Amino acid sequence: MLDHPEDFGPETFSGNRGLDQEEPPIFEIGRPETTGVDMDEPPPVASRLGGLERKRPIGLPGLSEPEAMRHYVRLSRKNYSIDAGLYPLGSCTMKHNPRLNEKIARVEGFADVHPLQPQSTAPGALALMEELARWLLELTGMSTIALSPKAGAHGELCGLMAIKAALEARGEAATRKTILIPQSAHGTNPASAALLGFQARVIEAGADGVVSEEAAAAALGPDVAAIMLTNPNTCGLFERNVVGIARRVREAGGYFYCDGANFNAIAGVARPAEMGVDAMHLNLHKTFSTPHGGGGPGSGPVVLSERLAPFAPVPFLARDGETLRLVEQRQGTQSLGRLTAFHGQFGTFVRALAYILSHGSDGLAQASRDAVLSANYLRVALRDVMTQPFGDRACMHEVLFDDAFLEGTGVTTLDFAKAMIDEGYHPMTIYFPLVVHGAMLIEPTESESKRSLDLFVATMRALVASAKRGETRRFTGAPRYAPRRRLDEAAAARKPVLRWSAA
Amino acid sequence: MRYLPLTQEDRAQMRAAIGVSDVDALYADVPADLRLDGPLDLPRGKSEIEVERLLGAMAQRNLSASRAPFFVGAGAYKHHIPASVDHLIQRSEFLTSYTPYQPEISQGTLQYLFEFQTQVAMLTGMEIANASMYDGSTACAEAALMAHRITKRRKAVLSGGLHPHYAEVLRTISHFASDEVVSLAPDVLAHEDLAATIDESVSCLVVQTPDVFGNLRDLTPLAEACHRHGALLIAVFTEAVSLGLVTPPGEMGADIVVGEGQSLGNPLSFGGPYLGLFATRLSYLRQTPGRLCGETVDADGRRGYVATLSAREQHIRRDKATSNICTNSNLCALAFSIHLSLLGEAGLRRLARVNHANAVDLAERLARIPGVETLNESFFNEFTLRLPCDAARLVENMAEAGVLAGVPVSRLLPDAGLDDLLLVASTEVNTPQDREAFVAALRGAL
Repeated sequence: MLDHPEDFGPETFSGNRGLDQEEPPIFEIGRPETTGVDMDEPPPVASRLGGLERKRPIGLPGLSEPEAMRHYVRLSRKNYSIDAGLYPLGSCTMKHNPRLNEKIARVEGFADVHPLQPQSTAPGALALMEELARWLLELTGMSTIALSPKAGAHGELCGLMAIKAALEARGEAATRKTILIPQSAHGTNPASAALLGFQARVIEAGADGVVSEEAAAAALGPDVAAIMLTNPNTCGLFERNVVGIARRVREAGGYFYCDGANFNAIAGVARPAEMGVDAMHLNLHKTFSTPHGGGGPGSGPVVLSERLAPFAPVPFLARDGETLRLVEQRQGTQSLGRLTAFHGQFGTFVRALAYILSHGSDGLAQASRDAVLSANYLRVALRDVMTQPFGDRACMHEVLFDDAFLEGTGVTTLDFAKAMIDEGYHPMTIYFPLVVHGAMLIEPTESESKRSLDLFVATMRALVASAKRGETRRFTGAPRYAPRRRLDEAAAARKPVLRWSAA
Repeated sequence: MRYLPLTQEDRAQMRAAIGVSDVDALYADVPADLRLDGPLDLPRGKSEIEVERLLGAMAQRNLSASRAPFFVGAGAYKHHIPASVDHLIQRSEFLTSYTPYQPEISQGTLQYLFEFQTQVAMLTGMEIANASMYDGSTACAEAALMAHRITKRRKAVLSGGLHPHYAEVLRTISHFASDEVVSLAPDVLAHEDLAATIDESVSCLVVQTPDVFGNLRDLTPLAEACHRHGALLIAVFTEAVSLGLVTPPGEMGADIVVGEGQSLGNPLSFGGPYLGLFATRLSYLRQTPGRLCGETVDADGRRGYVATLSAREQHIRRDKATSNICTNSNLCALAFSIHLSLLGEAGLRRLARVNHANAVDLAERLARIPGVETLNESFFNEFTLRLPCDAARLVENMAEAGVLAGVPVSRLLPDAGLDDLLLVASTEVNTPQDREAFVAALRGAL
């Protein structure tokens, strides 16, 4: 065994630790006069800037190409990624991102096409959107689709706007101001509702983790615009009373918004239309494998029922015989308006369609079944050492544990998650959903081999045993083997430093 | 299926471990009549080569910007992207990571966002910037909502030079949020009297520069007018490269600066994904929407970065959040930041000079064509032409002749009676031959 570094001075002189290399911000490396882009100076012209020339320096540093490569490659190595390991973030669907999708999205005929060049010069782009729409409508059974929303939360906004537009058309927008939302919902649900002037009212799920028809019925009234239900929900359970709830909501004059974040459990297995859904967003960056990119770009197309279809936002596709065109103006329609400039996240449409065509209808259903099988495999392999809040029952594509099994160990859910980092795993989603104490929501997706699942189980079991043996410092001091140890988030919030400045 | 690692034997073993004979038993909570009894009426899975053929054939039907002299702008611009940018953003660790919820193993993402925020703040002349929004248009709408929260007023005034899509996005959300919007008439020549529209009821004035017709606008008197009445000035741009050459909105008194960042690092991609830039004053920090990254230290005292001030955000505040945004445009922000790091100050300024020079050259050539008039007193790399004919028809005819000539104003404003106007952009990708081809095709089409 080697001497402890403290016995002979600093850990290392450079601050690096082997492959883990320190990298300062670009502002400490680059210089304003350096550039990694060669370009000839243009011939002098008579300025047409109307006297608004920039007069002061900007202060931006420049890097030569080798410096830039080294900077960003070093930064990249400080990130965990799906390509490097299991990334079991519940409700995030961190599945494999096929590189075929990336290749096709970069084909010149897709990547290098302008959204406002004549539509007659981009028929292939419109055909791709129509083909993606056809698949998503068939998979959901719904009537129409709005492709343009840019992420799940943007899709929620779109769906709720369609509902409000429908209420306006009925003359009930002023009276129906309440949206029913279970406590387990994503934070975006109440935030989207509030943004549009709705009041979010919480409905309680039962002891079995799902909303009962009676609870929904009791909350309904002439003030209710809609219910927002995530199905499968964020406890990893299918809302099995969904059909009855939807019927009650409809009878009471409301609409049913379904948060489709967890569609990966049921794609190709069951269809939202049959559940009575009026609007639902699909996260192409979850279910349909477009890369999360460290937090975006996402893509959140919204499928709509027949009674909301007339209110879909512009642009939408229209077909006149052989000719496909994008309707870009709302005039002369009942459209709710426009969610974004141009036509939505086209680059993610290409990737999602490549994924869908690769799987086909058979492969998509198999992927859903594998995702559910894998989550249940983890549930069963861990249930004797971890604790399930809603009893021992089958889950959908994610399995939820609470922190009861850690009681008396001095280890919190956060500590446990940080110890997983030292073991080479990205932690699961923690402290969400809010309805469960110290929640740990594990979503393995269909992308893991059985060997990978078995290794994960062995590690989790070993960690639980360690916590129960009282090896608390393993957890409270974790992580030790990450590029950084625990960061002082309180200090960051108390005295925010949001941009670099010279010391 | 090549993306599914489980073998039939694995599945059988896993079912046995769970104690079910069929996966369908795990779907017991899904009522039987909801379950599909077979595959949907859609094609079965395809190999890589088949998918490439099928989608490749669709791509072939589009006329790409590289295959034609290209002058289309109006909010999205074709610029040259250094090869290293696309290589770097495809690093697995950037491409396939999630939102940096676990900062100890997300320092790569957090540090580049911190650098991005600094670059955007510098470029716009503002104190702080967030870690990006979906795109310029949604950033613009979020800015108006933020102004309403700050001023406790609910009326936005939109300049007639604001991109019509941006205006429509803002009108849409305002309608459903019961906020008031006053949209001024399309203002081709930048002659509108915006200061006269501001009074004590106005929350914010939204002004774009360069505006959608290409005009550069001096914001200083508008900022003064806004501040006199307790309103905020929201400055919008859709061409980030312009900031290399023109006075940034922050130096003209803007309170919130929003814009489209696609021009740096991001391909046209038929309209998305792009990235919204959002910068403001430090005093408005707690009303700022979206993710923010901040510097801190770890348990060993080493410098590190975290997502911070999340008490503003939906996952904490739920219905009291400043915005419902969750996902932003991280990877697009990374591409923007790498491209800008490669350019540096010297490179960005030169790039902007080349853009301006090319546009000036094109404007001069076009002005020599009888019946064609350039309307702008000032512009950066895009300007408005008045034609002696319908611009949309002309653009179609020129496309058939192999030139993508620009955006007819009627495409954005069909009912404004501006059918003879054409927006023309020229960036560094245009050669003198391209510009001559434009002139020749235009003469031929008239």
